[in-house]
Amino acid sequence: MASRKIRILVAKPGLDGHDRGAKIIARALRDAGFEVIYTGLHQTPEMIAEAAVQEDVDAIGLSILSGAHNTLFPEVIRLLRERGGGDIAVFGGGIIPQEDIDRLKHEGVRAIFTPGTTTDAIVAWVHANVCPRAD
Amino acid sequence: MSARPKKDAARLAAAPGAAASAAHAGAAAAPGATRATAPGAEERRARFSTVSDMEIAALYTLEDLRGRDGAEDIGCPGQFPYTRGVYPTMYRGRPWTMRQFAGFGTARDTNARFHFLLAQGQTGLSTAFDMPTLMGYDADHPRALGEVGREGVAISTLEDMTELFHGIDLGRVTTSMTVNCSASIILAMYFAVAERQGVPMGALGGTIQNDMLKEFIAQKEWICPPEPSVRVIVDMIEFCAREAPRFHPVSISGYHIREAGSTAVQEVAFTLADGIGYVEAALARGLAVDDFAPRLSFFFNLHNDFLEEIAKLRAARRLWARIMRDRFGATNPRATMLRTHAQTAGCSLTAQQPTNNVVRVTIQALAGVLGGVQSLHTNSMDETLALPSEQAVMVALRTQQIIAEESGVTNTVDPLGGSYAIEALTSRIEDEAEEYIRQIDAMGGIVRAIDVGFPQKEIAEAAYRFQQQLDRAEKVMVGVNKYQRESEPPIETLRIDPDVEKRQTARVRAFKQARNQAKAREGLTTVRAACRDGANLMPPLIAAVKDGATLGEVCDVYREEFGVYRDPAWL
Repeated sequence: MASRKIRILVAKPGLDGHDRGAKIIARALRDAGFEVIYTGLHQTPEMIAEAAVQEDVDAIGLSILSGAHNTLFPEVIRLLRERGGGDIAVFGGGIIPQEDIDRLKHEGVRAIFTPGTTTDAIVAWVHANVCPRAD
Repeated sequence: MSARPKKDAARLAAAPGAAASAAHAGAAAAPGATRATAPGAEERRARFSTVSDMEIAALYTLEDLRGRDGAEDIGCPGQFPYTRGVYPTMYRGRPWTMRQFAGFGTARDTNARFHFLLAQGQTGLSTAFDMPTLMGYDADHPRALGEVGREGVAISTLEDMTELFHGIDLGRVTTSMTVNCSASIILAMYFAVAERQGVPMGALGGTIQNDMLKEFIAQKEWICPPEPSVRVIVDMIEFCAREAPRFHPVSISGYHIREAGSTAVQEVAFTLADGIGYVEAALARGLAVDDFAPRLSFFFNLHNDFLEEIAKLRAARRLWARIMRDRFGATNPRATMLRTHAQTAGCSLTAQQPTNNVVRVTIQALAGVLGGVQSLHTNSMDETLALPSEQAVMVALRTQQIIAEESGVTNTVDPLGGSYAIEALTSRIEDEAEEYIRQIDAMGGIVRAIDVGFPQKEIAEAAYRFQQQLDRAEKVMVGVNKYQRESEPPIETLRIDPDVEKRQTARVRAFKQARNQAKAREGLTTVRAACRDGANLMPPLIAAVKDGATLGEVCDVYREEFGVYRDPAWL
């Protein structure tokens, strides 16, 4: 059973600087009682995977609006697996077309939230799908 | 949290019934209005507010204009403080410039879109660059992986820039270029392309965004810290004032501040505070305000709240005119005029029922026109899904053409001037923005305010508040939190060919191999020397790009000489 709070890394991969969504989600998750770490902008997949493993997070929320999701999301997942973080739940959001969503889910992204999603829906998804990882 | 005084709130926005009766008591000029808003009449909500959450009164009357001088504050179009517009004849003289922002894939792809838009009757060009170009990386850099040509056109070399404007006479069109931390190199390339076409710099008209202060505040695409960033901008202001006097070397931008979630008041306040920052830096360089300030231009957002947006543009003009005259002693009238481009709000568009976006864009564009903008971009309906398709861009351009040529609103100048509601909102936005600017002054100016995260945190706070209001359905987005549909037919969107990245990367590598290596290195060395000794960067930049130095290589010099800024990651 959960002995500690769920810990979530909110990360901005890629070069775009649109952090409105990432910051709102980070704050909503924190207000919902999760422990949240925000990476800041312009992170490489290596930086994100490294931070996730170091901080021993249970989930990673990736936000991207530059169109590079097909390259960067799978790369984060590949690097997590390589570093023993393959069981970290990865979800994401941004301007992501439907056909890319199907492909990213196939690559291991657990959920993709597109514009118009309420923060409550994302909080509910975390409650239903993420639990603290075993030590 | 905001420390703004709410001094007008009580007067303008008392409890609904009371507001109507109080306003009526002092308002001989609104006799018919009481019937609709009689004291005690039931209203649909306890509180009415704009999209920025500014509370709005049931009725505005002559009483709301008290304390304001009709001639001093409202005046005439073309006269200080330009509340009613910067030109006496406005659109009766010349319509605004219709300027659709375009860029995707390779220079060749975007060149084709430019030719399409010009053929459709567009009157100016506007260039969107991809993320690597905007962040100062060549297409063959590892950090560019997955991003090349995705969000705009990929430009690494002078060869790319030449292809971008192939078949377009730069002496005849005006070009806007949306680029910031790498703007100095893009402008150097633009000047070099013009030279190849035989067009002198003095004949070039256009605008380069080049507003780094708003990058730190809102859009967050940067290379170096604020101080060297501002130094490069002042180099460009100085160079253009001398060599390319028809070119706007900076477009002081509220657009991205609003997109990041600010209120309308914050958009005006932080944009003008950035403007003050540039003026002070240029004065410190020894430039004369009446010489350079006429070439400062602005860029505002057009959001959904129709009356608030019209008032916002009027308030911004009035406040800027006063700042330039009273604070900086400008005497050249053109140095006090806020001339602005505007774009409809990307953040207001919905992925759900995307055709509804055409209607939103129409309302927003109309607010821009009634607010007196000089040029306009209308967003395409599909931009929450992808870069716009040709069909969607055409509808967006037609929207402007219908407003200009069918709606009749251009027949008279500033038709809403003197409206009680518009004038009251204009004054209120001006007052509240001025209060923010006072706070920023007290912190030691905009660069210091950015250092402590003041504008950033104010905007994040407003963005979170709005999201909560949406989640609670206190604010409505049609198709998102009201009038939803279970399933929607998909619309056609533009797909970027994944081969673009491979082709562009190969092209940049080939360019780097084929050039004269010694000359390219020499060009970079001269740029580095100017970074160090403070000489104006533009002449060595123009020489360097002509000698084959690439955008990414010059930005590497900037990184080494000026340092790299890191996101403070405030939540």
